Amino acid sequence: MNGVQLWAVQRATAMVLALAVVVHLVTILVAVRGGLSAAEIIGRTRGNWAWLGFYSVFALAAGLHGAIGLRAIAAEWAGWRGRGYDLAWIGIALLTAAFGIRAAWGLYSA
Amino acid sequence: MGEATAMLRVKVWRGNAEGGAMADYAVPARANQTVLDVVTHIQREVDPTLAYRFACRVGMCGSCAMVVNGRPRWTCRTHVSRVAQDGALELRPLSNLPVIRDLATDMAPFFDKWAKARGTFQPKDAPDGSVPDDFAVVPPATKQRQQADAGIECIGCGVCYSGCDIVAWNPDYLGPAALNRAWTLVNDVRDGARKDRLAAVAGDAGCHACHSTQSCTAHCPKGIDPSGAIAGLKRSLFWPGFKGGVR
Repeated sequence: MNGVQLWAVQRATAMVLALAVVVHLVTILVAVRGGLSAAEIIGRTRGNWAWLGFYSVFALAAGLHGAIGLRAIAAEWAGWRGRGYDLAWIGIALLTAAFGIRAAWGLYSA
Repeated sequence: MGEATAMLRVKVWRGNAEGGAMADYAVPARANQTVLDVVTHIQREVDPTLAYRFACRVGMCGSCAMVVNGRPRWTCRTHVSRVAQDGALELRPLSNLPVIRDLATDMAPFFDKWAKARGTFQPKDAPDGSVPDDFAVVPPATKQRQQADAGIECIGCGVCYSGCDIVAWNPDYLGPAALNRAWTLVNDVRDGARKDRLAAVAGDAGCHACHSTQSCTAHCPKGIDPSGAIAGLKRSLFWPGFKGGVR
């Protein structure tokens, strides 16, 4: 991936995040009403394909978006530029996304 | 004249590529005085060794830009009364460009980037540079004509370049003026180099480095919106960026 593609990915993930963050926050507000227990959470998330799908997309978008943004900051402030750094940032993006997806999977399969 | 004249306290950066310091001057305040008038007074009446650059004095040539009280401006069209703070002026050479001497910067890197951004018109009808047989008719009401017109009045003064944080952080960044020029030509229906030009302005040293902080648009003395032009380049490059050929 070159700079143009990374920029486009960041722009596209921003659009996904704009929607996903709203859904995420509204879900929390609605779900927490009247208190929330661990058993209640797992009761909703276990085996819920829609929930897993939503948070997998959310985690992937967040991982990619954040790492590409950090790449730009590192290039401007620390002079970290070049192919090696780009690959490292893509690695960090996928790793961060994997952590999020792993957490979602944990609640799905709990 | 005759009565006691109010004086402006003017600090001017004096030096060269090796470094420099501020020097103090007192300049008589006059009605309708421009910042360029002040600099000219210092050079003619106080210290003839002061180096600065100007040509037209009427906002056409783009030669006289300096940093006035912390902000890049065209000095020939900037009235002292509008920018002086308690009768004080602080004049520095443009930022982000090498200083030759005092208030005169080396504009070469700025214009080299215009060339890098493929800022020269390449007629579609005459790729070899010859004069086309007939006039091209480009109706003023068309969208592309209006987008080309929006940026065409750039005088190349370097004010936007001096005020751009991204240029300061990334010396390879082409900068607002060169990208505004590229966008103007991308919208010029008579131009035949659209693809090459978009490729030239793509990437981390091109339009994709811009964070849309819009300092360029805020500072442009001609009221041009280079930030909008850069956004246009990004839009035009969104899908081509995935098809390859653009790096």
